[in-house]
Amino acid sequence: MASVATRRSAETWSRALGWLSVVLVAISVGMIFLYAPSDRVQGAAQRIFYIHLPAAWLAYLSFFIIFVSSIAYLARRHPRWDRLARSAAELGFVFTTIVLLTGSIWGRPIWGTWWTWDARLTTTLILWFIYLAYFMLRAYVSDPERGARYAAVLGIVGFVDVPIIHMSVRWWRTLHPEPIVVRAEGPAMPDTMLYTLIVALVAFMALYVFLLIEKYRVERMKDELAEVRLQHGV
Amino acid sequence: MTAARQIYAIVRKDLLLELRAREQVTGMAVFALLTLVTFNFAFDLTGADRAASGSGALWVAIIFAGLLGMGRAAAIDRQQGAWEGVLLSPVDRGTIFLGKLASALLFIGIVEALALAVFAALFSLPVLHPMVLLVVCLGTVGFGTLGTLFSVMAATTRAREVMLPVLLFPLSLPIVISAVRATTLLLTDRQAEVGPWISLLLGFDVLFLGISYVVFGHAVEE
Repeated sequence: MASVATRRSAETWSRALGWLSVVLVAISVGMIFLYAPSDRVQGAAQRIFYIHLPAAWLAYLSFFIIFVSSIAYLARRHPRWDRLARSAAELGFVFTTIVLLTGSIWGRPIWGTWWTWDARLTTTLILWFIYLAYFMLRAYVSDPERGARYAAVLGIVGFVDVPIIHMSVRWWRTLHPEPIVVRAEGPAMPDTMLYTLIVALVAFMALYVFLLIEKYRVERMKDELAEVRLQHGV
Repeated sequence: MTAARQIYAIVRKDLLLELRAREQVTGMAVFALLTLVTFNFAFDLTGADRAASGSGALWVAIIFAGLLGMGRAAAIDRQQGAWEGVLLSPVDRGTIFLGKLASALLFIGIVEALALAVFAALFSLPVLHPMVLLVVCLGTVGFGTLGTLFSVMAATTRAREVMLPVLLFPLSLPIVISAVRATTLLLTDRQAEVGPWISLLLGFDVLFLGISYVVFGHAVEE
């Protein structure tokens, strides 16, 4: 268990990061609506992209964090790795939901449909289902230690599976716009759009780290509470 | 004892149980046949384009039956502490995994042989082609690998009948897609395009066999 002093200073840093992310998100929202130009073809609908893309990256980043902490948990068996996986899973689920919703809202005016069975969409939907399975697995196992082990196994198998799912669905069919930010020729967008996107990414990242720290602390308190209860036979 | 003999011992135990209790293969086979018959009403499997929907029906039947059988196998192992006995035996966890996988593949294989024969007869499609059989084998190995790993985990959870498909369906999507695609291509005489799908199946099998072999020990610790 960490010392009180370390926890205090961690708390201060986390609070500072929280306020920083509030400011950054505010700036980012301002830039999205006031600074970034309207897309010539897509109009205002394109602006949802500044939320969609960071959310998508964070959804997949969460899964990567789960993967790494799952391996660490199975190797070391320290509950901190399980807490980290749990925290990242909850955030990942939220961001995956945001990706699916914002994509759907954008797809309606641009593609003329809420949903299409394109590779990236389908992969993200399956990722969402894997997250769901991850929570159900934890919820349906009564012994927390066993639940952590099972979740770690799913975290590893699921993470390795996602690229294969993506590949298989892409061969099947695809419609999603090609990547316009990360590509060999450089980003295919005006600088103002790129700046807005970068600010949005940084804001989301700060918010994500803040939420992850806070979530981790809540999970640690839950564990400690369960331990205290066990000791006093409540 | 060598690993091969240990695997044989596990398969023999499962086979003996099955011969005496007849809880798995019969149920799976009837289920698979009923799925095929039901699909005949859901899609028209007698029309000219029946190869496309037919391969879908075949794979849904195989996968649902496999799911049922593997869930049942894990539940049988749980009865009267049989699984503890297996775990207490001086056998490496990875070898236990291979043994359980071998019995699962054996049982699903028997059901598949029957389902394929009936499918060929009922819908007059050339499914007894060696390439189709290869696709069926590869798909079954991939599905059986994940199924063996997760059925052992799901068996100890509450609501285990629900948990197994929730775990297995999203993760085995690549198997479903490539197996259905490859079967459709083969049934419609477009064998030149089958190559990538077979390599995908093969890659999936090798990758998840390796991962499951390693992580199985963590899943079954008691």
